[in-house]
Formats: sequence, structure tokens, C-alpha cells
Amino acid sequence: MNADDEALLEDLLAGEHRALARVISKIENRSPGYRDLVSALYAHTGDADVVGITGSPGAGKSTLVDKLAETYRDRGETVGVIAIDPSSPFTGGAVLGDRIRMASTVGDMDVFVRSMSARGTLGGLSTATADAVKAMDAFGKDKIIIETVGAGQNEIDIVRTADTVAVLVPPGSGDDIQTLKAGILEIADVFVVNKADRDGADRTVQELQEMIHLGDGGGLSGSGGGGHHSQEVIDAHDDWDGETEDADEESGWKPPIVETVATKGTGVETFIDELAAHRTYLVDSGTHAQQVRQRYAEEIRTLLREDVHGMLEDELEAAGGIDDLADDVRRGETDPYSIATELLEPIEACVGELEVDRERDD
Amino acid sequence: MSSEQEQESIRCLVAKVGLDGHDRGAHVIARAFRDAGFEVIYSGLHKAPEEIVQAAVQEDVDVLGISILSGAHDTLVPKIMDGLEEYGAKDDTLVLVGGVIPDEDRDELMDEGVSAVFGPGTSIEETIEFVRENAPER
Repeated sequence: MNADDEALLEDLLAGEHRALARVISKIENRSPGYRDLVSALYAHTGDADVVGITGSPGAGKSTLVDKLAETYRDRGETVGVIAIDPSSPFTGGAVLGDRIRMASTVGDMDVFVRSMSARGTLGGLSTATADAVKAMDAFGKDKIIIETVGAGQNEIDIVRTADTVAVLVPPGSGDDIQTLKAGILEIADVFVVNKADRDGADRTVQELQEMIHLGDGGGLSGSGGGGHHSQEVIDAHDDWDGETEDADEESGWKPPIVETVATKGTGVETFIDELAAHRTYLVDSGTHAQQVRQRYAEEIRTLLREDVHGMLEDELEAAGGIDDLADDVRRGETDPYSIATELLEPIEACVGELEVDRERDD
Repeated sequence: MSSEQEQESIRCLVAKVGLDGHDRGAHVIARAFRDAGFEVIYSGLHKAPEEIVQAAVQEDVDVLGISILSGAHDTLVPKIMDGLEEYGAKDDTLVLVGGVIPDEDRDELMDEGVSAVFGPGTSIEETIEFVRENAPER
């Protein structure tokens, strides 16, 4: 780490807001040296509760986050918020508008709100989100709230980053068939029926209840609406083979349903209590340790993938660049599989020489 | 390391400050900046100078565009500049003011540290070009 970054890290740990802001920018921009910086942050992390808030666009995520932050502050806890909005697939630009809703805590620097563009990532978070959480954690925030991009059915990356995930389901989100579908409803540790003063809220609550009971009673373990199945969700969507312990299957967490009216602050206390209850469950059942372990496993994998990817890019350049190779395929001279095998050969040879009998990561 | 490709994007805060409810211009600018590939944070209406400073610092923006059509720029802009200074953010934030600013007030704003004042009739392209050329290298 160079001297500037050392100073920046020192300032961040000393509680300087600008240093935190700057570190997050470095992470987002992948500025030179950001990896050393993040790696130095790790020693200071682990104390914050990380809560994820997700749900469809206009469900009231930002407004609820605002009220959540306000209530945490009333209880004397410091809060960091990361709010992610989509970026344009055409220009890469973005309008980040979540901050507008977060007016209750304005003027209070102990609520640190950071807007992020998804920068083309599709899972509801940006690549930098997890590292930005680390920065806020090291800074000393008690609670870190991540607000995802307005999510549809399948943006579930939040389970990789947050300890507790709340899914907002506004009234009138479709019939009970929607609740049978896989995806976002499976990752909830807490359901929030926001805008609960609207028509149809009771019905939405009822449909969610039925869904939870269905996953609970019918011997459908591993599917349906169980929050503690989050890791299995990740398993299903990824290729790692970390073991899933089913020891807590019996006393497992059943996601509660909270009704809120975020604009008026109704139900926010109950919501916070349920978040705290889930936290307690995670720690007491040992699920948290497992969760954290799997999270780190995934982080290591992601980093390795990035590094290997970088090596392969260099290898591609050396072989004449991807465009020329692709053109060879177009002219029928070769095919993508042969090219991939050829390019990998030197790397495989190196690995073989080192007598490392691990399989390629990618 | 080769995988550390920089992915820098110009971050802008478009801010409405004080008792001024005219935000069409701010919306147009926010949209135009988005289409130019910038990341735009919009403050919303009726913000106090301290709120603008808080947002600019936390969001670590490269550019702060203040839209004022109320005539209160003499008092509000200096407050924002002082706030930025307090957090050590004044020197590397490009501050622009847009709106109805009388010619005789421009110099004073520039002395405060504002980099440019864009009055009525300024083309969007001109503003974007200015930002691209002057956004601070960090």
C-alpha cells in the first residue's frame, strides 16, 4: 500500500467521513491499489449488522430505509446506507434518486448514505457493494443497510452480502401463483408488506402466510419460503460445493410478515424487532458462522476468478487479440473450443509443473 | 495487476438549494448528464446548504451543480463552499452554478470558488463538455 492509501486508511479508521467516501470511490473505480486497501480493512470488520432491503421498483424501499435509519439513530446506533440504482446499458450513466427519500436523517453525519450505480451488474447489487460494506464496517457503523436495485423475480445477489434480507411485497403484487415461483420470495428472512393501508394488503399477507406454511409443512425442505434456506438458494445458483448443515432444520427460522406504512413510519418498530430477532437466531443457531464462512468462500472464489480472468486476457492479447481469433472462427478455420484449449495449454502446463493438483477455477 | 482495470465514472450531484421550487432545469440537466454517461445524484427540492454539503461529501462527487433561480445565490453558495472547505472537499470538487444569475454577481461567485456559471440559453452540450474537460483528476 502506498503512503497516500495508508493515510486514507488511517483517516477512515479515525472516523473521517471524507476518507470513508474516498475509500468507497476507490473501491467503485477499482483504482490502483484498491485491493490492498480492502485487504487492510478486513482486520477492522465484523462488528456491523448488515441488513438487505429488496423489492420491486416503487415498493417503498428507500422510504422504509429512511425510517429504519431514523429509528436506529433514535436508539443511539450509527448507520451506513448503500443504495443501488440501475445504470444505463447504453451510456453507463445513471440517475441515483434514492437519497431524495432519505430526508429524515438529513444533517446527521452519523447516517452515511452512499448512492451507487449498478455499473452493469444484473443481480441487484454492484460488484463494489460487498467491499463498500467492509469499508463502512471498518469505519465503525453499527448497522449497515443495503438497498438493492428495484428487483423483479430473480435479483438475489443480496443474500451473498447481507446477514438478514427483508423483501418488500406491496399489496396487489399478483395472485397466489406468484408466491409459488422460485426466486426472490425464497430469500426473505423477513417479509414486509409495505403500503399496508392500501386495499389488498390483507390478502397479500394471507398469500404470503400460505406460502410460508406450504414450504414449512409439506416436507418441501429446501424449497418454499424459508429464510434459512438462503444458502441453499446460493448453492442452487452457483457451483460451489460447500456443505449445507441441516442441523437447525427442525428449529429453523420461519420468516415473519410485517405490515408497514413507511411514509408514516407505521410498523417500523416491529420491523426492527423482527430484524433483531433474526440476528439473534443467526447467532444462537450457529447459522451466522456458516453464513460468514460461505460468504468468504465466495469472495475468495470471485477474486480468483477475476485474477485468472486477467491472466487469460493477457494470454489472449499475446495470441493476437480476441477479434482476430473470432474472425478465424468466422472464416471456418477453427472453432471456439479449439482456441480455448490452445490458450489454456501454457497455463495448464505451468500449473502441472508446480505439481499443484487443483483443478482450474474457471 | 492486469485485472485491476479502472472503471471510473464522473459522479455529479445536481442540487436544488433554498426556497426555490423550479426543478425542470435540474431534471433536464440530470437526464442529460445521465445520457452523457455520468452518474447523477439528484438532491431533490428545498435543500439546506448543509444538506448539500453532506450529500457532496458522502457521495464523493467530482462535480456539484447547484441550480438556483430564486436570487438567493449570494447567501447560499458561500455557505455551501464553506461547508465543503470544512470537510476538505472544496479543492477537488468542480462547483457549477446554473440558473438566473445577474452578470454583476458572477465574479463574486467565481471568487468563492465556483468554476463556472451557466445562465439561461446555455446549451446542454456546452455544459457537458465543460464537465468532461474540467472534472478533477483524482
